[in-house]
Amino acid sequence: MSAFFTLIRRDLRLAWRNNGALVTSLGFYLIVIAILPLGLGPDLNLLARLAPGLLWVALLLSALLTLDRLFHNDFEDGSLELIVLGPLPLELVCFAKSLSHWISSSLPLALLAPGLGLLLNLDANAYWVLTLTTFVGTPAISFIGAIGAALTIGLRQGGPLLALIVLPLYVPVLVFGVSAINAVIVGPNSFWASFSILCAITLASMVLAPLAAAAGLRLNVQ
Amino acid sequence: MLFRDLSFSLTGGRSLLLQGANGSGKTSLLRILAGFLPAERGRVELKTDGIIREPEMATHYVGHKDGIKAQFTVSENLRFWGSYFGSGSSQRDIPHLDDVLARFNLRELREIPSNLLSAGQKRRLCLARLLVAQRHLWLLDEPSHALDRDSQALLADVMKDHLDGGGMVIATTHIPLGLEFDTNLVLGEELPPT
Repeated sequence: MSAFFTLIRRDLRLAWRNNGALVTSLGFYLIVIAILPLGLGPDLNLLARLAPGLLWVALLLSALLTLDRLFHNDFEDGSLELIVLGPLPLELVCFAKSLSHWISSSLPLALLAPGLGLLLNLDANAYWVLTLTTFVGTPAISFIGAIGAALTIGLRQGGPLLALIVLPLYVPVLVFGVSAINAVIVGPNSFWASFSILCAITLASMVLAPLAAAAGLRLNVQ
Repeated sequence: MLFRDLSFSLTGGRSLLLQGANGSGKTSLLRILAGFLPAERGRVELKTDGIIREPEMATHYVGHKDGIKAQFTVSENLRFWGSYFGSGSSQRDIPHLDDVLARFNLRELREIPSNLLSAGQKRRLCLARLLVAQRHLWLLDEPSHALDRDSQALLADVMKDHLDGGGMVIATTHIPLGLEFDTNLVLGEELPPT
């Protein structure tokens, strides 16, 4: 078990030293949300109605920017095959790396989301639920994203392909994340229905995605 | 197909040198032994104390890539491998990090970021990994690559110590490693007709 935490500590420290990737991703999120009102016009009611969906879609796109780093750097410099030779099963390696990706890359995006809600005139009642859904939904982004990262690891230009593989898998997270927020703003459905399903998606992805990512890594580390 | 009907065994304290022309399958064979590549047919068995082990728990693999994180200092790199490989196995005598660094003449460089190292210094750091966690079988693919004469002698010493301690070494090289290998295996010779 100590190998598991050793790996997480190392990945977090690497992410901290390499914080350019995080700044890029946060900056991308900010800039996309900032230019949306310029494109959509100054109609505050329209912006408020679209805000939950726009905040979630832009968050997914920003998360993609850091996902291809998940295994790629370790693959390039040879660390990955040594990690594979270590005492930790490959599934747990994928779990550890997805978890540190969540802490270092997806969680900061989730924390930024309420601030960006201001730019889109998000309904005042919706901030707490936006915070809650992004907090609960972003682990699924990191864990599901690891599948795509593992499959595209050997490719020089893996980023665009990664987006094609991963974005369709994010649809359930997006749908229930947005509908939980809309339930609070406009009703009439209960917030808890969508929110419970979002929690279930995250828990399922934490269990199942590392299995798929490990299988992808086995194909690529040969 | 690179090779077939290949069979060999190695016991503790013995070493094997893989030879052959470029592309004859030396690296592929090492990667099969390490468990990265599946063999078309056949199997690899590794026993320590009469128990069959997974290759993951008992081998060190040194390949073409150094596996060094440029953002970490020399000692951070080594400390990670020590605690990652060292956990899970029951080890009595884990060597001290400073001793390993001193052995590979890296002590003065310990706080230097790894991206400032020369190719030979990186190689020494990569080889220092062999000593921070005990593994019975060492799979070394061109281990002396980029090393100067003194470091090559050092590597030979380290391998000798490992063999004296009952370990096993399988290596490929084009440069003499300064070590008398017990067995030679030449790959890429004419395959007999089926």
